[in-house]
Amino acid sequence: MQKYSLLSLVRHARHYHENWQRAWRDPVPKKAYDTVIVGGGGHGLATAYYLAKEHGIGDVAVIEKGWLGGGNTGRNTTIVRSNYLRDESSHLYEFSLKLWEGLSQELNFNVMFSPRGVLYLGHNLHDMREIERRVNANRLNGIDAEMLSTREVQKLVPLMNCSPDARYPVLGASLQRRGGIARHDAVAWGFARAADAQGVDILQRTEVTGIRTVDGGVTGVETSRGFIGARRVGCVTAGNSGVLAAMAGLRLPVESRPLQALVSEPLKPCLDVVVQSSGVHCYVSQADKGDLVIGAGTDSYNGYGQRGSFSVIEHTLQAVCELFPAFSRVRMNRHWGGIVDICPDACPIIGEMPVRGLYFNCGWGTGGFKATPGSGYVFADTLANERPHPLAAPFSIDRFSTGALVDEHGAAGVAH
Amino acid sequence: MFRIHCPHCSEARSEEEFSYAGEAHIPRPAAPSSMSDAEWGEYLHTRTNHRGQHREMWVHTAGCRRYFNVLRDTVSYEIVAVYLMGEMPPEREEAP
Repeated sequence: MQKYSLLSLVRHARHYHENWQRAWRDPVPKKAYDTVIVGGGGHGLATAYYLAKEHGIGDVAVIEKGWLGGGNTGRNTTIVRSNYLRDESSHLYEFSLKLWEGLSQELNFNVMFSPRGVLYLGHNLHDMREIERRVNANRLNGIDAEMLSTREVQKLVPLMNCSPDARYPVLGASLQRRGGIARHDAVAWGFARAADAQGVDILQRTEVTGIRTVDGGVTGVETSRGFIGARRVGCVTAGNSGVLAAMAGLRLPVESRPLQALVSEPLKPCLDVVVQSSGVHCYVSQADKGDLVIGAGTDSYNGYGQRGSFSVIEHTLQAVCELFPAFSRVRMNRHWGGIVDICPDACPIIGEMPVRGLYFNCGWGTGGFKATPGSGYVFADTLANERPHPLAAPFSIDRFSTGALVDEHGAAGVAH
Repeated sequence: MFRIHCPHCSEARSEEEFSYAGEAHIPRPAAPSSMSDAEWGEYLHTRTNHRGQHREMWVHTAGCRRYFNVLRDTVSYEIVAVYLMGEMPPEREEAP
């Protein structure tokens, strides 16, 4: 892999930038690999990267039916934070946030992580009590969190309507300063390039059509380019996890729902923090190129169609316009949906399935992007050592029969 | 966004009037006290999450407030059939 640096930029400038190396190869699939990762999104590529880098397992293929990062990695609102309520989840997301902080250097690829602060608004007394409780829980877990008054919120975000006459007045907020946004495509590309450099084969436009098992153990996957053998298979397929599980004769405690988002036309810089409110349901931030990135809610029904109902968009935009009256005349450029896999406790499932050698990393639901590096790291460790990573252990599928759920619905400031 | 024909009101109304009530035809355990933890977990949490024609319940929240079943395609979101609680589900057409 050619290192990206100022020097290489200057060197290539002399040749009119015509000789840049391809960021990753397009290899012909081998007959078999040590480990096959199904799903070429951020989580899958990060898993492959850490398998190669941390555990020396380079005989890995990442199989993707479409293009890299074309699923939820390219469809989210790019928010990164770690202010979850429960110990188990806050440890996992904080581990991930620490990886984010050094990720551009680690991958030699600018993922444009911008820790600009994440505000979470409260609109009534109950909200404020919940927020304060979460701030205290975060601090006990060593995660930065602070409470802001209405006046401080107004100072931080001058455009926001903080008037007491608002329909849902802003009574205060929590702020995680280390949280922020990143460039979603760059995360997929950065991990892909770094994994490829360690010998990982990335197979795009290759669809897994079946999982082959013998005597309760996995032996490989059937794909649109033929059978690929593997000692271990890790499925990281988000919304399609249920479909993959069915190929191995399994059912998961997961339901796939559409989650929508939209972006506006580019504006001059006007919003330099991430604003989030589950009370009125609004997620908004301004990307580096100037467009407002707005996250809507999940639809209530199961769906795989990568689109949702207009009423959900309408509801979110009402909240955005209520909070930011100045945005009411901004035109929206694009709108799309992704399919999120939601667990009953809004937490992921990481670990081995009842089929030997078959591992799943799924159920990240509406909040998987922020976990990308951490999820990849703990899943790679789980695959390589064939036992759960300590941070992943509370997220085994067994919790749905033992009852040890990690209830983050609502608790985490996850607005569904 | 789609319209749903409520079999009780005999009218096709906007989806916003309805609430999704989850997968249909999950029988309550007949002998709850003798079930294992795994069986309880399965009953409470595990779902078919079918890609294709999915049998599900809806309730007409802003209308008659009664439940009914729907057979809906989870990829095209097309409603294939609407039938009453207690009725036998129509045959599901499997995706090729």
